[in-house]
Amino acid sequence: MSDLGKYAPLTYFQLMEVSLRELLVEKGVLSERQIEEAVADMRARGSERGARVVARAWTDPAFKARLLADGTAACQALGLEVPALRLIVVENTPAVHNVIVCTLCSCYPRMLLGLPPEWYKSRNYRSRVVREPRAVLAEFGTVIPAQVTIRVHDSTADMRYMVLPMRPAGTEGWDEERLAALVTRDSMIGVALPTAP
Amino acid sequence: MKPVEPLFRPGERVRVMKAYPLGHVRTPYYIRGARGVIERLCGAFANPEELAQMRDGLPARPLYRVRFLQREVWPDYRGSCDDTVDVEIFQHWLERT
Repeated sequence: MSDLGKYAPLTYFQLMEVSLRELLVEKGVLSERQIEEAVADMRARGSERGARVVARAWTDPAFKARLLADGTAACQALGLEVPALRLIVVENTPAVHNVIVCTLCSCYPRMLLGLPPEWYKSRNYRSRVVREPRAVLAEFGTVIPAQVTIRVHDSTADMRYMVLPMRPAGTEGWDEERLAALVTRDSMIGVALPTAP
Repeated sequence: MKPVEPLFRPGERVRVMKAYPLGHVRTPYYIRGARGVIERLCGAFANPEELAQMRDGLPARPLYRVRFLQREVWPDYRGSCDDTVDVEIFQHWLERT
């Protein structure tokens, strides 16, 4: 009974979104249904595709070489459509740890990782991870030893980035599906490591 | 329209122009004026500063990934001397050092 709903006026951008959407429908460019389906699709997409790419790279050296040379082409070879996405995959090694940010907005490899988490879009993460990456990673529980170089990648223009984490020890002989289950979204952004087996 | 020819090669030292034009610019403030090294040429892309003004952004401009040492970007940086930040920067924002 207490749930009477809350009234809040639309913000500037909400109003702009509603106006644009209604115009597109009114002019027959898109239907309500197409918009609903596209939104549902986006919401349903998680990081499974990215995890599949990583697991393949862990088990197939030729694929890994191709992925690091041309991320977009390698994903297409796996049958993953990555429209409008120029993908650069950066590899973590015992000497280098990579982490991704977009300091200007929230560019993110959505086709592989789904919608970005709220913190990725936050001013806090965006401004701090380029300035003090080690402190930010530590807040995620990821302490990078001093002798490991940290490379921050700021996706400021047309490229999108994904981290290829290191394959965890103790997974020798595992198949791709089992490996993919260890590959978390955060490990492909670079703020975490894959789940230990 | 033919894209603008690339001027820089991987490994070359460059400096980001210290300019503050109005409008939509995809060169972050924090990197303006910094010196770095060309990591790779990403290809040629329509100029976002023009696209934001509803123009076609052509000819396409070379876009690079430039690698900067964190110690050079932030003089008080705490962390390894080898830590870097890589930023995508259009050619018209770069000058040779």
